[in-house]
Amino acid sequence: MILGLETSCDETAAALVTRDGEVRASVVASQAELHARYGGVVPEVASRRHLELVEPVVREALGQADARLEEVEAVAVTRGPGLIGALLVGVSAAKALAWSRRLPLAPVDHLHGHVAALYLRPEPLDPPFLALLATGGHTLLLDVQDRSGYRVVGRTRDDAAGEAFDKGARLLGLGYPGGAALDRLAREGDPEAYRFPVARVPGLDFSFSGLKTALVYTVRELEPDELERRRADLAASYQRAIVRALVERTRAAAEELGAERVAVVGGVAANSELRASLPDATLAPLALCTDNAAMIASAARYVALVPFPDYLGLDAYATAA
Amino acid sequence: MEVESSSPEETEAVAAEIAAGLEPGDVVTVAGELGAGKTTFVRGAARALGVTEPITSPTYAIGNRYAGRVPVSHLDLYRLAEFEEADWADLEPYFEAAVAFVEWPEAGEAWLPPPTVSVRLRHRGAEHRLILVQERNKSLEIGLS
Repeated sequence: MILGLETSCDETAAALVTRDGEVRASVVASQAELHARYGGVVPEVASRRHLELVEPVVREALGQADARLEEVEAVAVTRGPGLIGALLVGVSAAKALAWSRRLPLAPVDHLHGHVAALYLRPEPLDPPFLALLATGGHTLLLDVQDRSGYRVVGRTRDDAAGEAFDKGARLLGLGYPGGAALDRLAREGDPEAYRFPVARVPGLDFSFSGLKTALVYTVRELEPDELERRRADLAASYQRAIVRALVERTRAAAEELGAERVAVVGGVAANSELRASLPDATLAPLALCTDNAAMIASAARYVALVPFPDYLGLDAYATAA
Repeated sequence: MEVESSSPEETEAVAAEIAAGLEPGDVVTVAGELGAGKTTFVRGAARALGVTEPITSPTYAIGNRYAGRVPVSHLDLYRLAEFEEADWADLEPYFEAAVAFVEWPEAGEAWLPPPTVSVRLRHRGAEHRLILVQERNKSLEIGLS
């Protein structure tokens, strides 16, 4: 059994996954729960929050799986990309856990983790396939030929798709992050009411920054009562533009690579219009689309394990190469 | 100093001029509303500092670090409602031996090192932007034409 840890961004997560890809436990301590627990504002970025939560989530994962630490054969951890301080909490905890039991350690790339969510049971996907990875922080098209990695064939040049959703939601008064709220409001609106530009960038890259700016200007020019009346139309049209860009580029990439299968991973896979627009695509279960540790433990099955105690000097990295 | 920009390319060029005088330890705050061109500005500056990787928005990650001729950090405090000492402890490594660009600096003003240069971008219609540049701790001898 592999113990996975993930602390690259907001979520503190631990999971137990068997070597053949069964998720025995997956625990995610999200920001929302924490707000409830502390009854107020907590610093969003602080690694000290990961530090407080990392041990409880590991305990809870072991409890959920009805397993003991003695059954863990390897410890997997997100090494990057992410915020350095946050990553180091996970990396340090993983090192300590692995070292204390003389276990090997698997450093995992967060993006590889998102793809590896597809390799978990009950319906593991076999490469080759094309993956659209769309989250709050990343938007990438990946050519996946085997389970050990991926090749980037397209990426956003500015904002990530999830970020475009969340910032659009804020502009429409839906709070932040509000990607899910925007999706709900869009269902009541006319997606053709406004023509938002779908950025034309060369190759298979994406650009969502101009779209965000277009929404800024459209919102600005409306009187408050008019804006209130048109909010659903704006949400629907804005969402249509994001989804159209994602779908067009994904289809173009699939054609260019001759990919017969397409998969969508990352939090944006929850968007209802994206799901409807790519009906043949494979989607990971929603709980495994947003940041979690089961995907990290899954990826660990396909990377080189660092033997005890060679990982004590292992560092984290901040930016994807 | 005030400069008009009529395109993202011009904004990047202005940023590149400013970046030419920067060195590790320098901090550039980049303020402005959503869509004002903050990431565009940082992209232009980072390119001038030798970064070849894609410069994408750090809103989610909060911090990105790049290897150019000098290390370049790109921070974004948009998601931080409040900024406390613990946050500073997380971000401090990004200011060490790097040229650091900080978007949405307002939340962190009490904790961030004093900026070498403060940049503010203002909307002036769909394409045009007004770029206000204030040098605080050194004269960069910016030669903007």
